[in-house]
Amino acid sequence: MSKKLTRSDVERIASLANLQLTKNEVSLFTEQLIQILQYAEKLQTVDTSSLSSSNSKKNITSELRPDKPNLSLDRKEALSGAPDASSDGFFRVPKVIDR
Amino acid sequence: MISGIDWSISQIRNAIGRGDVLARDVCETYLNRIQTVDKELNSFTTILRDQALTQAEEIDRNQDSWKTYPLCGVPITVKDVICTKDSTTSAGSRMLADYCPPYDATVIKLLRESGAVILGKTNCDEFAMGSSTEYSYHGPTQNPWKTTHIPGGSSGGAAAAVAARLAPVSIASDTGGSIRQPAAFCGVVGLKPTYGRVSRYGLLAFASSLDQIGPITLSVEDAAIVFQVISGFDPNDSTSSNQSPIDGSNLFPGHVDKMRIGVPWSVLEKGINPEVTEAFNKAIEILSEQGATIVDIELPYTEHAVPVYYLIATAEASSNLARYDGVRFGYRADLKGIDVNLETMYSRTRNHGFGDEVKRRIMLGTYALSAGYYDDYYAKAQKVRQLIRHEYNRVLSDVDTIAMPTTPTPAFQIGEHVDDPLSMYLGDIFTVSANLTGLPAISLPAGLTKEHLPIGFQLIGRPFDETTLFRVAHTFEMNTDWKSKRPPIFSEA
Repeated sequence: MSKKLTRSDVERIASLANLQLTKNEVSLFTEQLIQILQYAEKLQTVDTSSLSSSNSKKNITSELRPDKPNLSLDRKEALSGAPDASSDGFFRVPKVIDR
Repeated sequence: MISGIDWSISQIRNAIGRGDVLARDVCETYLNRIQTVDKELNSFTTILRDQALTQAEEIDRNQDSWKTYPLCGVPITVKDVICTKDSTTSAGSRMLADYCPPYDATVIKLLRESGAVILGKTNCDEFAMGSSTEYSYHGPTQNPWKTTHIPGGSSGGAAAAVAARLAPVSIASDTGGSIRQPAAFCGVVGLKPTYGRVSRYGLLAFASSLDQIGPITLSVEDAAIVFQVISGFDPNDSTSSNQSPIDGSNLFPGHVDKMRIGVPWSVLEKGINPEVTEAFNKAIEILSEQGATIVDIELPYTEHAVPVYYLIATAEASSNLARYDGVRFGYRADLKGIDVNLETMYSRTRNHGFGDEVKRRIMLGTYALSAGYYDDYYAKAQKVRQLIRHEYNRVLSDVDTIAMPTTPTPAFQIGEHVDDPLSMYLGDIFTVSANLTGLPAISLPAGLTKEHLPIGFQLIGRPFDETTLFRVAHTFEMNTDWKSKRPPIFSEA
């Protein structure tokens, strides 16, 4: 089926996943992912023509809770784990818009 | 004081309830053992000495009202992927090394309300991704049976702690075997309940269609007690189920009368360590002697379960772990003196914050979901998952439970598979199907190799029929003496 994974594929995936990989990591992951995907190839031999891809869960009942407003974390708590929270109650990030 | 160190939940609860012993003393006994033994094992990431003693003292102060609760004064540990309010929940990752959640997971709330005392958080593979606990930011945990060997994973710390009697109960999570495999490798009991039985609110999500929380204990009876405390519908987890709870009043003694136990003999013909096969055959013989009918079943898709699992689990993980981006919680890469934009901050943070195995899985999952590859990988895996589910449903309409080894081999050496991810993944062949199907499964100690490494025996049941698992498992336990075997670490402690 699909052609063999290349270094440039790995670089493309890393950028999709927001991972800035080093050159060594790109080499290592290319090699390892090729190996894992080769192993996964055997799934292609399974006949699934009669099935849809949806993951229907017959055994599971999904219960929704009533849509009622409820107390949740207050601002201070919500910010408590942030690496850079401003004292006036915001998450601070590098500039998004050009100066 | 209770004598010995193999204390069961009911021994502890009753002794505290009768006033024979203080919850504080029980707590301190375990804390002191942890202090002595865990230097070598590294099964804990955080020891909550002060909080635990405060909790135990509160139980002693109001012993009269607490004594009716199912876990009155029972010390427990919690895997470091489950949120505990105001104490570190690191997920074994640099990304969350100092993260203190502002809330308790639902299971933690239920456990505290039942009188459980939390001794600390246990080590695991980063974000529960691994089968050896070697992929932890806190370093590997060692197997108490043989410290050159891994304890299994990802809940290696949880299983090692129970095996070393550092706590009678560990609470852990199982996405592809992460409770059952380390339980097998450490010679203790591990239960993965049915998908939907236990709320995952407050569990750091790895693969949401597979994750489940469950107990690791020294006995089947203890697993059943903890299971009953943590199971139930939770409005905060829309995948939790409103199925009625099991009837705990007449679970034990277990029996296997008129029960049909399926064994997929053809799957077990090759690729299994001979000592594991021998222990498995012996286990089947015992259940047969006790009156169970052993039925030869076919599970032809078993060989596909590992690739299906690794495509689906990594796809879900790539999405679930997108939230770790250096903004709302955890680590942010040091950007001082660099004029960076938001994207660079994200990608540097994620590259420095995650370890290799997590990055590898995010990459695999992102690829399986990406345009042009989705149909061949993710969609295909979902279809084969349906076939596996149909196959298990078909078999379980004829038999009450399915038996197979928990793992094809006993615990391996530290470092043996760490650089070869595929060989590590292949060891999950017997555990991943219960997650792909959502079925409940339990691993029991069923033997020791010549090297004195534990061997696990697994039972898989019908949806929401943990009762049958407990009964069959208890029957097996009562007719073997594996439960009483202790790791050699005791001669050193």
